[in-house]
Amino acid sequence: MSDASRAEVCVVACAEAWRGDGAILAGPMALIPRLGARLAQLTFAPELVLSDGEATLVNSGGESEGWLPYRAVFQVVAAGRRHVMMGASQLDRYGNQNISCIGDWARPDSQLLGVRGAPGNTINHVTSYWVPRHSPRTFVERVDMVCGIGYDRAAALGAPANRFHEIRVVVTDLAVLDFATPDRSLRLRSLHPGVTVPEVVRATGFPLAVADEVPPTRWPTTDELALIRDRLDPQGLREREIRCGPG
Amino acid sequence: MTVAEVVGELRSGMTIGIGGWGSRRKPMALVRAIARAGLTRLTVVTFGGPDVGLLVAAGCVRRLVTGFVSLDSIALEPHFRRARHEAALELTELDEGMLYWGLLAAAHRLPFLPTRAGLGSDVLRVNPGLRTVRSPYSDGEELVAVPAWPLDAALVHLNRADGRGNGRYLGPDPYFDDLFCLAARRRFVSCERLVGTDELVAAGPPQGLLVNRMMVDGVVVTPHGAHFTSCVPDYGRDEAFQRAYADAAASPPDWDRFRATYLDGDEDDYQEAVRRRLGTSTIGAR
Repeated sequence: MSDASRAEVCVVACAEAWRGDGAILAGPMALIPRLGARLAQLTFAPELVLSDGEATLVNSGGESEGWLPYRAVFQVVAAGRRHVMMGASQLDRYGNQNISCIGDWARPDSQLLGVRGAPGNTINHVTSYWVPRHSPRTFVERVDMVCGIGYDRAAALGAPANRFHEIRVVVTDLAVLDFATPDRSLRLRSLHPGVTVPEVVRATGFPLAVADEVPPTRWPTTDELALIRDRLDPQGLREREIRCGPG
Repeated sequence: MTVAEVVGELRSGMTIGIGGWGSRRKPMALVRAIARAGLTRLTVVTFGGPDVGLLVAAGCVRRLVTGFVSLDSIALEPHFRRARHEAALELTELDEGMLYWGLLAAAHRLPFLPTRAGLGSDVLRVNPGLRTVRSPYSDGEELVAVPAWPLDAALVHLNRADGRGNGRYLGPDPYFDDLFCLAARRRFVSCERLVGTDELVAAGPPQGLLVNRMMVDGVVVTPHGAHFTSCVPDYGRDEAFQRAYADAAASPPDWDRFRATYLDGDEDDYQEAVRRRLGTSTIGAR
């Protein structure tokens, strides 16, 4: 087995989120998801469409292949041809996400970004989340402001309003989680190497669904590691987003 | 027009739309002039960046209509954060796409446009005035009715314009500047360079001509007028200056010093102070 770092395991776990999505726009909002989306495009998801972070679509060689200014992103969102991997300052057991503010909305303890596009994303297309510090501060019983809607909110809306709602996975520095439970609450899907179930349970601020046997998160292949290290992130910036040694 | 003449058309209590996005191609020379003129009780509609921060710090804003406020490379806007913490600001917090839709509704002289964005989220909780609407067709789907955001005035900054109100952007993204103009009663464009119509047309393909004289009431030339936000390809964001701006917001004495150095004079004084700063910091930094 090779000596992949935790950050590299996370990059591959993020890449896996887009497997099978076809020719849609990947929307990674941080470094490790960005590396994951590019890795997916270079390997098992060549159809995936990526932006340079501004208004240009780029292919896996880094060459331009299209124009997508902000106004066109909203069209892609409304048309559902996008799978975004957003951040979450708070996330609850049903996948309700908050990036707006901490505390009472009328007078927040801490004002964050604002709802941004989270309400529109989660009602229109597939959404995943990336949480670089898995902790009870992020995984909370109740989020202070529902920006991205979770499965309970989508269920309350009912059909047809909720027909495009899907939260695929939540990738953290400890594990991959999903909502594959009868009540669509958060479930531990796989553990990153060196992480234990009690560690994840302790880092989650609500009861987490855990199967009897939790598989390990997929290990990067030799080819994937070479792509990450030599081509996608030769400066090793990924190791600063996840401060954790080998394993 | 001059900067002073543009600001002379604005009044306290107006609803003003500001183009650009985050910390990109903001009409900062006009924003600085509004702050200096001491307009108050403004409703500001914007994809928010330091335009919000400067106007909030100067006490100009009563209500903000936005989906976010960010300096891009610095995620959070410090003046906006403080104003929110102190409840010194009324906020209409919308999904970004809802803000777009409200501008489009105003541009089309419609009372609202329907969207899925916002359904199920707390955007409807914190904006109790928002209504839903049911499709009159057989699907019967219920959607959010985003109200139009008609603007008293729109302010946008472009790379090039002629004196009649035709304007071109040279960067990769138009943002929503044309929509801000279409949604407004009075429309003002600041530009990096004022050129003749022939030169404006020759400067690129016709689809880069984002606004035309049907949509614009006044043009003012403000070289480096988007500073410290980006105005590519003319210049990128001044990251060092933006850092200094954000750091200065940390305490009232620091902000007083920043204001005295950069904001208390007119736009010429600002640009001269920026040039002086670049002259010294370039030597130190490189």
